[in-house]
Amino acid sequence: MLAFLARRVLIAIPTIILISVFVFALQKLLPGDPLLVLAGEERDPEVLEFLREKYRLNDPIPVQYLAWIGNALQGDLGVSLRTNQPVTELIAQKLPVTIQLAVMSLIFALVIGIPAGILSAVRKGTVTDYIANVVALSGLSIPNFWLGIMLILLVSVKWQLLPASGYVPLSEDFWQSIKTMLMPAFVLGTALAATLMRHTRSAMLGVLSADYVRTARAKGLSERVVILKHALRNALTPIVTLTALLFGELIAGAVLTEQIFTIPGFGKLVVDAVFNRDYAVVQGIVLVTAVGFIFMNLLADALYVVLNPRLREQ
Amino acid sequence: MTQVKTLLTTALIGAAAFGLNAGAAAAKDLRIALQEDPDVLDPDQSRTFVGRIVYASLCDKLVDITPGLEIIPQLATEWEYSEDGMSMTMKLREGVVFHDGTPFDAEAVAANIDRSQTLDESRRKSELKSITGVEVLGPYEIRFNLAAPDATLLAQFADRAGMMMSPTAAAAAGADFGANPVCSGPFSFGERVAQDKIVLNRFADYWNADAIAFDSVTFVPIPDTTVRLANLQSGDIDMLERLAPSDIPQAESDPNVTVASEISLGYQGITFNVNNGERGDTPWGNDSRLRRALSLAVDRDVINQVVFENAFAPGNQPFPPNSPWYNTNHPVPARDVEQARALLAEAGFPDGIDLEVQVANANQPQQLMQVVQSMAAEAGINIKLTAKEFATLLADQSAGDYQASQVGWSGRVDPDGNIHQFMTTNGGINDSKFSDPKVDELLNAARVSTDQAVRKASYDASRDILNEAQPIVYLYHQKLLWALNSKLQGFTAYPDGMIRLEGVTWAE
Amino acid sequence: MTDATATDPVLASRPENRVWKKFRSHRSAMLGGGLVAFFILIALAAPILPIPDPAATDWGAVRKAPSWTHWMGTDEIGRDVLSRMIWGAQASLLAGVVSVGIAVLAGVPLGLVAGYFGGWPDAVISRCTEALLAAPFLILAIALAAFLGPSLTNAMIAIGISATPIFIRLTRGQVLNVKSEDYVDSARAIGLPTRKILSRYILPNVMPPILVQATLTIATAIIAEASLSFLGLGQQPPAPSWGSMLNTAKNFLSQAPWMAMWPGISIFLVVLGFNLLGDGLRDALDPREH
Repeated sequence: MLAFLARRVLIAIPTIILISVFVFALQKLLPGDPLLVLAGEERDPEVLEFLREKYRLNDPIPVQYLAWIGNALQGDLGVSLRTNQPVTELIAQKLPVTIQLAVMSLIFALVIGIPAGILSAVRKGTVTDYIANVVALSGLSIPNFWLGIMLILLVSVKWQLLPASGYVPLSEDFWQSIKTMLMPAFVLGTALAATLMRHTRSAMLGVLSADYVRTARAKGLSERVVILKHALRNALTPIVTLTALLFGELIAGAVLTEQIFTIPGFGKLVVDAVFNRDYAVVQGIVLVTAVGFIFMNLLADALYVVLNPRLREQ
Repeated sequence: MTQVKTLLTTALIGAAAFGLNAGAAAAKDLRIALQEDPDVLDPDQSRTFVGRIVYASLCDKLVDITPGLEIIPQLATEWEYSEDGMSMTMKLREGVVFHDGTPFDAEAVAANIDRSQTLDESRRKSELKSITGVEVLGPYEIRFNLAAPDATLLAQFADRAGMMMSPTAAAAAGADFGANPVCSGPFSFGERVAQDKIVLNRFADYWNADAIAFDSVTFVPIPDTTVRLANLQSGDIDMLERLAPSDIPQAESDPNVTVASEISLGYQGITFNVNNGERGDTPWGNDSRLRRALSLAVDRDVINQVVFENAFAPGNQPFPPNSPWYNTNHPVPARDVEQARALLAEAGFPDGIDLEVQVANANQPQQLMQVVQSMAAEAGINIKLTAKEFATLLADQSAGDYQASQVGWSGRVDPDGNIHQFMTTNGGINDSKFSDPKVDELLNAARVSTDQAVRKASYDASRDILNEAQPIVYLYHQKLLWALNSKLQGFTAYPDGMIRLEGVTWAE
Repeated sequence: MTDATATDPVLASRPENRVWKKFRSHRSAMLGGGLVAFFILIALAAPILPIPDPAATDWGAVRKAPSWTHWMGTDEIGRDVLSRMIWGAQASLLAGVVSVGIAVLAGVPLGLVAGYFGGWPDAVISRCTEALLAAPFLILAIALAAFLGPSLTNAMIAIGISATPIFIRLTRGQVLNVKSEDYVDSARAIGLPTRKILSRYILPNVMPPILVQATLTIATAIIAEASLSFLGLGQQPPAPSWGSMLNTAKNFLSQAPWMAMWPGISIFLVVLGFNLLGDGLRDALDPREH
């Protein structure tokens, strides 16, 4: 297991480089000139030329890439074209926010999605099943912006229960931080919960009719034990895969939700950066998300082995 | 009285204890919501509208404007052009210090002008191009020597080019000044978290400190207009800029919210590619009758009513109809589909013609252009809309890779800024590449004269030509809308959209 | 079930008919199928239905609530919402179904190969999946819009590509789980060709989560089409799609709630329909449930 992990971590390095080349190239191929936006409304040609030189935008793309990766290896990810802030600083500011939002939404999703999925599989064809399904699918089809704005209007404007938006760091005020994050995490969590619920239900249905579950039942084990110990464990593979993917996506940022609740996370940053062609910022974030995805995939692969001992022999 | 006091104290303690940020009890911090996150906070490098709103509290300028666009003293107290208009002498305010304690004097002004003109990253070069030399005449007196008379100079000093940064801090930080800006405004820089907040703290040694009633100002970017208003209504913020016209009824129906408004200095319209590369060589670029037909095909009042809830101002010139520079001989045309069709037929297109218009991928421009599209269709003009993100739209426009483009201009205090660079042959942002020697002559003349009447005559004469040529079909002028907590008093709306906090207070 | 077999033994013995019968007896699946069929019919019938032109504007009726003249109200520039909903069904159903189709057709085979063979194919496919996941969707979309030109088809391709990784990962995970099962081992032992093992033993186990995910992704794809049409890729204005209607409605939530309501409800119903249909298919195809 350790050797497996060590090998995967080593493989991750070329992967990250591959990803950075891919995104760098793609960005450079995009139409639109960032400097026309950056040079200000007047677009002074002298300034344009100077900025092109300064950010090495006149160099051939491979040279630009090598310069970027050279600096990146020394821990310098460049500065934002738009705000002149160092990208490392931007990431350091936003990573905790994004992770907090991701973890809280995932907790919502897991706590709602998995039990609901199990319940509706066990009670398949009953009213409970139908209700659970309809609720889950509404969670998926209600647009986040609608749910978000409605929650703000109701909870913050009308009842004045929670802050309408903003972000307080955990270290500054723990409970206030949790409170401000509650609504956005819920909004993001509902859609994820729907996905997890549907998959849990389907996987459980598959396992509940399997031989070993019948055997377990025949042995007279309590329904609780049968479901939680024998069935659920075998149904977990797609759930693990999905949770890993969803978490990775959450790290990449939830643009609309962040925008509505004005949470300073990655989502808004990356969208603005793409629109402004703020190359260094996009590269920096992609680097972080790539590490996130690789880590989560690794975790998922490791969990497969834990859940399915037979995989260990290979 | 004592009872009231006790109540108030209790409320204050309560508010502090529970961390509530709503209401007048915590009057010492003012929270203002901006539509977007400002760019770099260096007056020489920045370029965004929201950035300028932050500067209004952070950096004083040499001169300021009144809501009626007259130039008034700020850091400069008096100024005078020489007889020949080739230089300007300014007297400076005494006893002013920058946030870092550096005294403000003529040397500081000279250093600032030098930085604006020579810093490689400076976006202010073209604005101060006319200044050829700066002479320090005394500790509080300075002279600017000019290459040619420049009527626009004072207006430039009323904006970013006139913002004074601490020369000590600017020399030390170089191009990184924006990370920790040091100016001489009513508030000093506290901290900035990108896309989260910018905090400014009261500057105790401000020369006009008595006019300032807040201990700090926090700017928070909230891009969604509905959410911005909801934040104001819930008490999370105290004030917001650029209320959406569609939100006006909701804002006005809330007794705790006041709405303020002023017509902006800018305009919105459709710029045609007249002579910018190959794509300028189309009937639309070559025949002004088609462009006039489009102008007649749209109903500007209906646009204002449908898209902007009647809150904006229909327009047909670079200046809004209420501006002293507006040429009243060419009023906003009424819609005339017959006339538009006749012009099309005259130009050889009796059966209609296609037109491709690029438009930014934001809600309002797209809504606007769909309305225009529908109106133009009735006159036989089939508009195809191409949505582009702004970076691409600008690049294509600058490269001439467009037929027509829906863009606008944020506006400048001096009329020159709204027209010269767009309509003169070598204008820096003349993307339509319109060129007419007579227009060049008139607009150049308006630039060098300091006589208002002479300038007005020049602009009026240029309008006579441009109204025929229509390289830009102007559509409307935005109205700037602010919504604020009704307990805030003394706020004045300015046509430049800035939020000036002098004299703004919380009502008891 | 026994009745059916007794009355018509010949038909019942053929597996495809057995599947259909099971499916038909599945009430919620029939409901789902009905919903989907309803929307498809409406989308197809748009040109012949007696409804106003979806692009026709009426300046006197901007953002009017539902009434007898406009059953679903009017939008921000006075167009009939009902008519736009019906015409928009075409774009949205296409965007949902085609992009999910692309993702499934590309993702499942790749996932099968990665999971079953392991080794370098797995390494290559997995690394590329990670690269695709890490690249922001917007960059992919804008790049595609730039190279392929803006159209609904290209929007579907962009959405399809960005939805592919999830199908690769799901398939791969499921394959890893079943390939060590005894019956797969014994199939290998008796020398069954890989192609047969994959199609007969692995694929059926992979299908349930794929089916679930596909029916769910339709919703995301319909909504994603909106953000792309906003960027200029996707449905071009003034032609409608549910997603772009929803996108515009966002700005008028309090002034004109119906603008968001109708597309919202329709997306919900279509997604519900596809999911119920998926459930039915899943049960009908499940070899263990007889």
